[in-house]
Amino acid sequence: MKRLAAFGRFWWEFVIGDDWLVAVLVAIAIGATAVLAGANVAAWWLLPVAVPLVLWLSLRRAIRSA
Amino acid sequence: MSTGNAFLVLSAFLASGVEFVEALTIVLAAGLARGWRSSLAGLGAATVVLAVTVAVLGPALTVIPLQALRLVVGALLLVFGLQWLRKAILRASGYKALHDEDAIFARELAEAQSAAHLERAGVDWYGFTLAFKGVLLEGLEVVFIVLTFGSAQGSIPLAALGAAAALVLVAGVGIAVRAPLARVPENAMKFAVGVMLTTFGIFWSAEGAGADWPGSDAALLGVLGFVCLFSFLFVRLLRREHRSVIRPVEVEA
Repeated sequence: MKRLAAFGRFWWEFVIGDDWLVAVLVAIAIGATAVLAGANVAAWWLLPVAVPLVLWLSLRRAIRSA
Repeated sequence: MSTGNAFLVLSAFLASGVEFVEALTIVLAAGLARGWRSSLAGLGAATVVLAVTVAVLGPALTVIPLQALRLVVGALLLVFGLQWLRKAILRASGYKALHDEDAIFARELAEAQSAAHLERAGVDWYGFTLAFKGVLLEGLEVVFIVLTFGSAQGSIPLAALGAAAALVLVAGVGIAVRAPLARVPENAMKFAVGVMLTTFGIFWSAEGAGADWPGSDAALLGVLGFVCLFSFLFVRLLRREHRSVIRPVEVEA
């Protein structure tokens, strides 16, 4: 059980890292892209708009917590 | 070679190069402090584990439908890339200390020299474990990048070629100088890798979600330019802010 928890923690830190909010917001942005694309609306622009906003938010959070 | 494939080789080369430089520092510290036999045994064992991981996961990834693969890989790369980019921007703007391979080597060396001696199967256990863990952890990042980039772009061998070139270069220079590669512009390379990972992450996750890029693969260049643009803008903004925060403290002191 302990090893399983350590294995899970390793992959969490490896992929998600210091800021879990980035993963959540990226997932929401990708989901919204899929919804738009599914409705036959141009959706390519959504991630280029969302990513800088997510990064800026994450940078502010990192600076505040430092 | 297409734009996508050229980016693929370059990204795998840069990302792997950064990880190999860090692994080399640990192997050197273990070798100098605990003996080369245990350090090289750790390096060899970790390489075998990494090779088995690639051999098992590589073929498995090629049977997943490309759109689903690009969605998952794109999302993973985007989250992973934003981690790299955030750290790189914080370093470049002065909010986080720069990565210093000399300082890391000195710290690893001092820790390895002070650890107790315990021999198992003819090798020093501390030296073996230090080299094994270091190479395995840094190597897993290389495996992750090579497999995800390679499979989503449809060519794991091309990504592996970029990583192999970085390995040959770092190992060759490491053997020649027998010192940590402190002159490698590691912070700049990490910034570039963060930009590349984020670019591919945006491109593939949007494609995987069903969006069509105007200009198809050529849009990758536009996304790259855009990621560079906002990354440098953030560095500039944060650097200015950091200076204005530091200055009053310096005046008071």
